[in-house]
Amino acid sequence: MSVLVNKDTKVVVQGITGSAGSFHASQCIKYGTKIVAGCTPNRGGESFDAEGPNGEKIAVPVFDTLAQAVKETGATATCIFVPPLGAADAILEAIDAACPLAICITEGIPVMDMIRVRRALEGSDTTLIGPNCPGIITPGECKIGIMPGHIHKPGKIGVVSRSGTLTYEAVGQLSALDLGQSTCIGIGGDPVGGMDFIDCLKAFNDDPGTEGVMMMGEIGGNAEENAAAWIKANMKKPVAAFIAGTTAPAGKRMGHAGAIISGGKGTAKDKIAALVAAGVKVAPSPAEMGVTLQSLL
Amino acid sequence: MKIHEYQGKQVFRKYGIPTPQGVACFSVDEAEKAAQKLIDETKIPVVVVKAQIHAGGRGKGGGVKVVKGGAKEARTVAEQILGMQLVTHQTGPEGQKVRRVYVEQGLDIKRELYMGLVVDRESRRIALMASTEGGVEIEKVAEETPEKILTERIDPLIGLGAYQARKLAYGLDIGAGTPKPKETIKKFVQVAMKLAELFEKEDCSLCEVNPLVVTGDGDIVALDSKINFDDNAGGRHKEWEEMRDNDEEDPVELEAHDAGLSYVSLDGNIGCLVNGAGLAMSTMDIIKHHGGEPANFLDVGGGANKEQVTKAFKMILSSDKVKGIFVNIFGGIMKCDIIAEGVVAATKELGLEVPLVVRLAGTNVDEGKKILADSGLKIEPADTMADGAQKIVDAIKAA
Repeated sequence: MSVLVNKDTKVVVQGITGSAGSFHASQCIKYGTKIVAGCTPNRGGESFDAEGPNGEKIAVPVFDTLAQAVKETGATATCIFVPPLGAADAILEAIDAACPLAICITEGIPVMDMIRVRRALEGSDTTLIGPNCPGIITPGECKIGIMPGHIHKPGKIGVVSRSGTLTYEAVGQLSALDLGQSTCIGIGGDPVGGMDFIDCLKAFNDDPGTEGVMMMGEIGGNAEENAAAWIKANMKKPVAAFIAGTTAPAGKRMGHAGAIISGGKGTAKDKIAALVAAGVKVAPSPAEMGVTLQSLL
Repeated sequence: MKIHEYQGKQVFRKYGIPTPQGVACFSVDEAEKAAQKLIDETKIPVVVVKAQIHAGGRGKGGGVKVVKGGAKEARTVAEQILGMQLVTHQTGPEGQKVRRVYVEQGLDIKRELYMGLVVDRESRRIALMASTEGGVEIEKVAEETPEKILTERIDPLIGLGAYQARKLAYGLDIGAGTPKPKETIKKFVQVAMKLAELFEKEDCSLCEVNPLVVTGDGDIVALDSKINFDDNAGGRHKEWEEMRDNDEEDPVELEAHDAGLSYVSLDGNIGCLVNGAGLAMSTMDIIKHHGGEPANFLDVGGGANKEQVTKAFKMILSSDKVKGIFVNIFGGIMKCDIIAEGVVAATKELGLEVPLVVRLAGTNVDEGKKILADSGLKIEPADTMADGAQKIVDAIKAA
């Protein structure tokens, strides 16, 4: 079992003809993901050629609009590789096409654009993952995003994280301990985005195929504190966590737009304390994420 | 991106937000002339000389002086401020050198208020905040007396409603003690509406007016301005380049920014090169966990090429405080062989005189390890990030 995506999920790639889009669409197809359409304005009618997991030739039709792509192929998810200043428009297009799941990989979208997108998501049929995230993967079934597929193993651990490479690190540790993953979701490092920790925790809580959850947070904002409160009240499964940025100085943006301690708020110390109080086991160092989760099973 | 107070006020004027008259000056001669001009034009004998640096808390640090003795005195004051190392709670102990001053007309101030707009992550909206406690650190007000901060959240599809601005006006009792309270309320509402419009159109990440003052005549005037722009929106604001003041930036961080890298200087002695912000922060954490101190945060990002990696590694190599280097890579989009090539290229150019520990995992890990092994460089390989952190901390202790 898994959450949000599985082997039957049909996916469109917005920006499939761009350099990032074409490279990662090929990688996803090679992994076995059902990429059924591409979307790039003014490139409709072209074909995107790639190789499947067994070297078979796959021709993906390209459409001018997402509405067409969804209508023609029955796709239920879209993966967005559109440059930053056009990415919000691409998400709005996904909302308009009533595409149930939109995954936005793009890094560097202006926060004002995301505030408008967030408003447009209210009352819509679309769930957004990202932006500025690695995407989502159900190992062995469906990879939508830029994560290296080979480090994952199918299994029963749900993974949710604000950071890309730190997720790979955690997944690498889990797989090495033979703890496979049900689904891994990168929610992204921006201050305003789609799914948050609580949305993902809810999904894992409800998924019979998930037995425990590994979550990686970082400094900035209060998403981890809110998640802690939710876990305390609702979570039925064990949760292990790691918070990056214990040593980060205040007032400095640590790479991610959202990773900044401002006005004394959003420190790793506060987040760890909130999680511990909610019964979450917090890994003392990033090298111990896997074993921390293992100790809970 | 931060801009100076006087630049922020230029933006305010563009939107019709009242500000005092003022002139930005780079020399004492200019400051004297500006003071004379302001006194002649406004018929007010008082001017204020304000240091222009990007950090807040300038008044407490001695960077803002009221001058009542005319243009000559303004010159003397400007002489003291220009060139000084201004230390505030935001500059750090070394302070920031003052290279510009803003000479501004004095005002008849009756009340000092606070108004500010920020991105509120929780509601995912812009929050407009106002408080009667102007002129002081708003963080302190928020901590000690949060009830004194009034907040309205802005629906991005509708914009700030006039009713919301009125709620703030009545909440602050803005008309109290003014000659024509209704007029003052109207003026306050206009300022709030214009600030909200400015925040959105100019792609700000922060906009503060502290203080926003009520004058004896009942006018609402922005006595200060603090604007931060959202760096992500730089692509649609070419005009920002003219406002950028590179003297205010950390030269190393600026160099990194220009090379498309994310770099933050820290106080320790272990240089770090990592891909991804979360892993880069975690690498700092694990170094500390093993008893070391990181010298920097450096995220080469996901799609860096060999040149960018070379540049990044050279920046670490050329730092005097770096006594050891830890490269920690989990390849995803980033390929380990690209990292290895960059490390080797930079080292060939600048030499390697400190211990270097490299941990590679993920995409193309074997190719990367081979490049490092074939380079003949003295590199200590590590299998995990804990192993790597321990090795670099030990190597520095042994040196």
